[in-house]
Amino acid sequence: MRQMTAAAVLAVTLAATLARAPARAQQDPEGAGPSFGFGGVDLSGEWTPVRAEDNTGNTELGDWVGIPMNEAARLRAMAWVASIQTLPEWQCRPHAASYISRGPSQLRISKEVDPTSRETTAWHMEWLRSIDKAIYMDGRPHPSANAPHTWGGYSTGEWIGDMLKITTTHVKEEYLKRDGVFHSDQITVTSYLIRRGNYLTFILVENDPVYLTEPLVRSTEYQIDTHQNISPYPCNVVEEVDRPKGIVPHNMPGTPEYTNDVKDFANRYHIPWDVITAGAATMYPEIQARVKAAPAGNGKR
Amino acid sequence: MRRMLLIVFAAALLTAGPGAQQTRDGGDLEVLPVHGSIYLVAGAGGNIAVSVGKDGVLLVDSGAAPMTDKVLAAIRQLQKELAQREQPPELRFGAETRGTLQASLNYIAPPKPIRYIINTTADADHVGGNEKVANAGKTFTGGNVAGDIADAGQGAAVIAYENVLTRMSAPTGEQSPTPSGAWPTDTFFQESMKVSHFFNGDGVQIIHIPSAHTDGDSIVYFRHSDVIATGDIFDMTHYPVIDVDKGGSIKGIVDGLNRVLDLVIPEFRMEGGTMIVPGHGRIGDGGDLAYYRDMITIIRDRVEDMVKKGMTLDQVKAAKPTADYDPRWATKAYTADMFVEAAYKSLVPKKPAPTKSTPASTTKK
Repeated sequence: MRQMTAAAVLAVTLAATLARAPARAQQDPEGAGPSFGFGGVDLSGEWTPVRAEDNTGNTELGDWVGIPMNEAARLRAMAWVASIQTLPEWQCRPHAASYISRGPSQLRISKEVDPTSRETTAWHMEWLRSIDKAIYMDGRPHPSANAPHTWGGYSTGEWIGDMLKITTTHVKEEYLKRDGVFHSDQITVTSYLIRRGNYLTFILVENDPVYLTEPLVRSTEYQIDTHQNISPYPCNVVEEVDRPKGIVPHNMPGTPEYTNDVKDFANRYHIPWDVITAGAATMYPEIQARVKAAPAGNGKR
Repeated sequence: MRRMLLIVFAAALLTAGPGAQQTRDGGDLEVLPVHGSIYLVAGAGGNIAVSVGKDGVLLVDSGAAPMTDKVLAAIRQLQKELAQREQPPELRFGAETRGTLQASLNYIAPPKPIRYIINTTADADHVGGNEKVANAGKTFTGGNVAGDIADAGQGAAVIAYENVLTRMSAPTGEQSPTPSGAWPTDTFFQESMKVSHFFNGDGVQIIHIPSAHTDGDSIVYFRHSDVIATGDIFDMTHYPVIDVDKGGSIKGIVDGLNRVLDLVIPEFRMEGGTMIVPGHGRIGDGGDLAYYRDMITIIRDRVEDMVKKGMTLDQVKAAKPTADYDPRWATKAYTADMFVEAAYKSLVPKKPAPTKSTPASTTKK
């Protein structure tokens, strides 16, 4: 449902922004043609999340509602167990570009300016958990398919009126929610930054041919905060659990643990199992009728 | 992070700028910088990791045979471009007697020779170019290096684990699967071997991974450039191929992936730092490898659990123990069923070989 709200926000906001977008924004000062470096608005500054939009910081285990996930994604989420985060490899894993704005987390946007042309050559978005997402504005292509992937991905930007459209590829495999719902390294994220005075809307449209059946649309709202300083976020890997080398924690299919989390979630909120596992259908209003029609306790599988 | 961005940026430059010419020259090949002296040549069958520098060229694997001319052309082009980018020595004194202008023309010097090929496996898509690439190269002889072997200096040395030679050759009098010119010239039996000296500034360590993709696998660790070429135990295009008939096993794959992870030191939170050239597919790092290790370990655990429950191969396939990973890692060339079958066969306890019955009178009570 959250994503449906976000989709509606996206449609309305994009339409409104495009309607009032001055033509000059897509051209350089000489009017010689499209320009990536000039145009748009100044996005730089310290931005703090507006928590009232929806509470994204407390993901519940088994909550897959609003995610257009396919069967493979659901099976993977059921096998996921939180103690995998104690492995040395994952203790300091940052949120990737596909998720970090849902942290929630403060945001700093800064810009690189070419000293000669004074064009903005790149924007940098940096959140609390330490990924620097560079958005190149010089018209460069994206790297080869054989190039490495990063948590921040590889981003290029272009102005559509006063709205910055960002295309991000080369993102590492990572979670869409912190309860075992993953996207693959094939994901492409199209995002939009829309500034309205002291407010900033950041919209993510995520396409993953591996685990999503439809685009996942999410938005985050920020407010300027001139007193904000994003604090350091160091992370040291330690031996959190004394376990034999080579163990990777996971729930085995057929065991109670495999379905416990999602059943608990279903029962707590009286959501039928077939709704929780409905994937993309959970993004649309029609799903509410199925929730209301379900008898009490129908969350049990 | 900054280094990763530089790597990606360099990759973009190489594909979109002068490197695009390189790709065209190489036909279907793509050459990307990995880190330090190491480059990836992709599209020649198996991935080829190439060390290029003033010591010459060292290849990890040689690709498929039909691609060899393109591989050689791509390497020569890479050497040429690197020579052109090289800055002449900076002289801050002695200009009364010497200048640097002449040194700035050194890029026209002939390229340094191909000196070594290291094979990670005996598969045709990794060793197919051995003979032609080796013949295009050179081994420096003298000292204790093959002083009494007449043709030792006629080509590059080919290094591999002993079982690679066994797979590629045949006993005397039998037809070998590959020509003798493609065979490894230097093999090792122990856990690892090292190239005897730094090569292009790298200590080069070759580590055998027992019973993984096959029984002859090695990874190659460039210690200064901080790059590991894994061969087919790590494949970014599909599940790892387990050739059970040639001694492969899923447990060996898992152990091998953990062995590589032990060597990896990330620059930033499982990103960058030690870079990885997989047997196929894009350049990876510790984060990519850890995800892959997690997946293979989880699938190993599931199949092993089914084996312990006495399930047949058909029952295991029907249970679809890889279903959550198939959309990314199952392909037409290597399906989920093929992977599951190989994993299953490598996990089923081997039946003990029949033994001759021992006379009761000699049986120890």
